[in-house]
Amino acid sequence: MNKPKLKKWKEPINISNYPLGATCESNHLVSINAGWRTYRPVINQDKCVKCLRCFLVCPDGVIDKSKELLEIDYDYCKGCGVCAYECKFDAIDMVKEEK
Amino acid sequence: MNNKFINGDDAVAEGVRLARPHVISAYPITPQTITVERLSEFVEDKSLDSIYMHVESEHSALACAIGVSSVGARAFTATSSQGLLYMAENLPYASGARLPIVMMNANRALATPWNIYGDQMDSMFLLNSGWIQVYVEDAQEALDMMIQAYRIAEDKNVMTPMMVNLDGFVLTHTYELVDIPSQELVDSFLPPITMPNNSMSIENPKSLCISAGNDFNMEFKIKQENDMKNSISTIEQIDKEFEKVFGRGYNGMLEEYMTKDADAILITTGSITGTTRIVVDNMRKIGKKVGLIKLRYLRPFPDEYIRKAVENIKSVGIIDKNISFGYEGTIFTNVNSALVHLEKTPNMHNFIGGLGGRDITKQNLEDAFNSLLLSANGEKQDRIMYMNVRCQND
Repeated sequence: MNKPKLKKWKEPINISNYPLGATCESNHLVSINAGWRTYRPVINQDKCVKCLRCFLVCPDGVIDKSKELLEIDYDYCKGCGVCAYECKFDAIDMVKEEK
Repeated sequence: MNNKFINGDDAVAEGVRLARPHVISAYPITPQTITVERLSEFVEDKSLDSIYMHVESEHSALACAIGVSSVGARAFTATSSQGLLYMAENLPYASGARLPIVMMNANRALATPWNIYGDQMDSMFLLNSGWIQVYVEDAQEALDMMIQAYRIAEDKNVMTPMMVNLDGFVLTHTYELVDIPSQELVDSFLPPITMPNNSMSIENPKSLCISAGNDFNMEFKIKQENDMKNSISTIEQIDKEFEKVFGRGYNGMLEEYMTKDADAILITTGSITGTTRIVVDNMRKIGKKVGLIKLRYLRPFPDEYIRKAVENIKSVGIIDKNISFGYEGTIFTNVNSALVHLEKTPNMHNFIGGLGGRDITKQNLEDAFNSLLLSANGEKQDRIMYMNVRCQND
């Protein structure tokens, strides 16, 4: 299963249209959540062998394997660096974010 | 009619058996113990097709019930006193998630001093937990409310957990003749549970117990409050329907007894109502115009009904088997708040009694009525009075 993509949340006009209780549709991401990232992981595709170790260890599940090459979803990556640390092929560089 | 001579705890167990919960998760505590013992026996002898989960604490008991209800199954738990407070953290989890769990609470004093007897300090503690709270007068009402409770809690307009309160020992351990309705009749009244849109399923995956920060939290809570307030009409309608099917009903939110021409009335909850009824009858025989209101629901609070019931009454006493330390009895506060909308409020008095299982005798109630009648005649009486105290209160 791949990470769901951002879907716009339609804000209810009336209180009665709010969800019943603290329950909502799954696979429904309503906002970007990556604001505190200092370093971003960048995959060096020449070195990557697609072993999926990073996919397995990513605590936020932001590594997308649905295409031929692995991709990182920067809308949700927090920049923790676990993927780069764990990569056996040094295929992920942590690059300082610049404004 | 299938009459059985059983106690209040047994009556609850019989009611739960008839309501057919999928899972029962409970931890025994006096004076609720007999209920959960019976239920585990029913599961063992297969007269109840439920899973009985032996949990290690009350906190887990309600946590299990939340899990059960989250996948759309019918859950039951039961507790009392310290146990209710131990599960307290989970009560708003259940009500916020709008899970229709039904709980029996045997009203019992809170430590310390340590005490296992009946008062209503425990459930008053949880008045703000978002659970519907009903208080029953006798074992028959206890059984009947287990059946009604699932209908109310699971109604698509309510979807709120419900706590059925019965006074420790006075109801839980006292034997009465109780009519056990047939399973067919109960099944015709209480259909299998269907959850509207807040339970987990493979086809329709949900995120449960989501976060809602300062941006959206308030709207969830207002919705919860609106639905809880609106549940009054559903509660009344279900009680009427119950009366049609089973031949006995409970007058919905509250019952008025001899209030129409009364000068003074007492407002009661739970088992003390029965004794007060007898005292009203006796005092009426000697021409004293007294009556009572049996307050059945504390949440949702039937403020409009109370206003209507007391608007022409000169003095009103509220019996509280609890103290909100630093102020007064909790029900007294709630009733007074309902009456500020009246043009002329009755003289209001708070009778605090029954703490830690202390008796409230017929004589105590007669004294209370006489005090209220004096108040109705313009003689000043204390705002707060303690019933049946061993020594002078300085």
